Amino acid sequence: MSELDAFRTEVREWLEANCPAEMREPVRDEGDVCWGGRNFKFKNDAQKRWLEACVAKGYTVPDWPRPYGGAGLTAEQTKVFKQEMKRIHARSPLDSFGIWMLGPALLQFGTEEQKVHYLNPIARGEIRWCQGYSEPGSGSDLVSLQTFGEDKGDHWVVNGSKIWTSYADKADWIFCLVRTDKTNKYQGITFMLFDMASKGVTTKPILLISGNSPFCETFFDDVEVPKTQFIGEINRGWDVAKYLLGHEREMISGGGAGGDMVSIGGAFAKAFGKNAAGELDDPILRAEMAAFDVDVFAYRAMGERFMDMWKTGRAHPASSNMMKYVGTELNKRRHELVMSSGGSEALEWDSEETKGGARPRGWLRTKANSIEGGTSEVMLNVIAKRILDLPGA
Amino acid sequence: MPLYHNDDQAMLKDSVAPFVAEQAPVSHLRKLRDSADATGFSRDLWTQFTEMGLPGMLVPEAHGGLGMGHMEAGIVLEEIGRNLTPSPFLSTSVGAVAALAKAGGTQAGRWLPAIASGEAIIALAIDEGAKHRPDRIATTATRAGNGFRLDGKKSFVLHGHVADMSIVAAKTDNGITLFAVPKDAKGVTADPRRLVDSSLASHVTLDGVEVDADAVIGEVDAGGEILDALLAATRTGAAAEMVGVGQGAMDMTVTYLKERKQFGKLIGEFQGLQHRAAHLYGEMEVARATVMKAQQLLDEGSEGVKLMVSVAKAKAGRAANLAVREGVQMHGGIGMTDEYDIGLYMKRDRALAEYMGDVHYHIDQVARMNGY
Repeated sequence: MSELDAFRTEVREWLEANCPAEMREPVRDEGDVCWGGRNFKFKNDAQKRWLEACVAKGYTVPDWPRPYGGAGLTAEQTKVFKQEMKRIHARSPLDSFGIWMLGPALLQFGTEEQKVHYLNPIARGEIRWCQGYSEPGSGSDLVSLQTFGEDKGDHWVVNGSKIWTSYADKADWIFCLVRTDKTNKYQGITFMLFDMASKGVTTKPILLISGNSPFCETFFDDVEVPKTQFIGEINRGWDVAKYLLGHEREMISGGGAGGDMVSIGGAFAKAFGKNAAGELDDPILRAEMAAFDVDVFAYRAMGERFMDMWKTGRAHPASSNMMKYVGTELNKRRHELVMSSGGSEALEWDSEETKGGARPRGWLRTKANSIEGGTSEVMLNVIAKRILDLPGA
Repeated sequence: MPLYHNDDQAMLKDSVAPFVAEQAPVSHLRKLRDSADATGFSRDLWTQFTEMGLPGMLVPEAHGGLGMGHMEAGIVLEEIGRNLTPSPFLSTSVGAVAALAKAGGTQAGRWLPAIASGEAIIALAIDEGAKHRPDRIATTATRAGNGFRLDGKKSFVLHGHVADMSIVAAKTDNGITLFAVPKDAKGVTADPRRLVDSSLASHVTLDGVEVDADAVIGEVDAGGEILDALLAATRTGAAAEMVGVGQGAMDMTVTYLKERKQFGKLIGEFQGLQHRAAHLYGEMEVARATVMKAQQLLDEGSEGVKLMVSVAKAKAGRAANLAVREGVQMHGGIGMTDEYDIGLYMKRDRALAEYMGDVHYHIDQVARMNGY
């Protein structure tokens, strides 16, 4: 038996012994997701036990080094671990912007002391982070951000506001882009870290068209931030931000940009019934669905090729922008078809039969796919400039 | 297997791409067209193809070929597409080889070595009307004497008027049977028509054509599977050629955007064109990945191949169509001239898109294969 096979057996046995049956059920709603943090309320005992078991093994962040709370797995072992998790439909023990976003930035740019200090509480689910990037006046043109940190010797005094801060009202700490030099656009931003309980921080949830409020406006009013709490170099926070945006697009490209990558027509044929020829009984919708399915299967092949090339350094560095663009536009189209298929039932907003309007809310949520993390238009700009090398782009 | 070309395949591309670009660029097509060439391709070029071993790429080594796969054949087809090279490669070296290799037997033994040696040109006589409907074959093969008698009409038979042998799909008592009908068979009339892309495709009439029993490719009534193999290979090949056509058109157009000035600016500076070019890039990349996936599944003999072949033919059809339409539009007035090459790309794409099932046919197939 190879070492990897031995590892697989070990993981399989550990999961069998430690993953509670309830944690092998599909995630039904937001309440089933464990976000951790100071104020997190576990939905049930199983969710708590599952987190604790994973924390003890370093399995909330399996590929992070052990001193930072991970299990120190190699890339191959991590793949095996994920396969084994998937095999038993195990839920993620802990979802967190600390794991997805801040962690990679710290691993890349943080000092040893910072890594030990910040990564361990993330891995244990003790501190929940949020991300302060966009501002009311700085969306696609993020680098124009105005939130300002005035230098007061041993600390900054931060004033300004952020928008689209995911779960800011539930987060313990924020990683935040703050202007520290008004004379230098790109090299005048610092990547700061501070406690959301600091004096002068307030949050206000934003009600979205989906009826949900996952995002907040976040206001900073004379917030004092010690001058030790930043990553990278002072005034060089844009480098960290760019790294993270690239990382985010890579994650999206490798995973869910295209949403659920299965045939849509197959799923709806039942609801519609079929005609004598065995075809979905709405020829125009059938045609649109089939055209969509072609694009889904095609994008699936593209995803496979992209990952094969990305992992071996063959991909164009900007190709993740193309993946994000194509995938998110595809997912929006899927949900348009889901709504068309559902007819008037899919309009119901809060009935029990429709799981609280899951379809219309999901449909509306997907409209953000091509806005967040870089709009489709920005993706096209990047492709035009960096891949096609078009002039003045 | 990863979904990119391995070192051997990259080497093949490095030798085939410059060869086709030098020996058979778009000017080669123009020369044939303007001289009203009656063959439909250059036999000299086919000899050069043979010297490189290309006609027998997919022919098993036991029959004198190179025993390569569809991923490799796709490399050649993409270059043929990029250069709009008139060639019998797709029908002879891909479609016919797939059928003969699948069937084995007498006809495989007779024709596969002749294909590999560059001696035989093979035509595929499948379609019977203006649209591709292989499930409605009406040509009949009735038993007569020691063999069969073929009656019917075939259309869109590329190289049909010059082929040394045509693979004819006909209805037999309990299914479909494929026949190898030699060039000089009595009762066969091939009426070649010049198509929009300057290629020649024949209307073939089979009027009481008598063939021996050993003209059957594979077994009587069991041609369905062999036809499926022929169609999967030819469709995937046409899709690969379309990726070449689309890529050629796109490259030419992006270059033009960097040269043409209007309003005192390079037109490539206008965001209205940049976004369309970037969108096209994405579509072409996805089409390329899809075609490679279909080639890979064909080479692995995978079960899921049929779905992916239809996806590839449809997706490559859509993407290449976008490439040539955007190509002509972004070239502006000059794109409408015969002198400029972009229009030739549009014409070839149209013919390839129609060949062995158009976008709509294959979208419909995808729906059927997914149970709706």
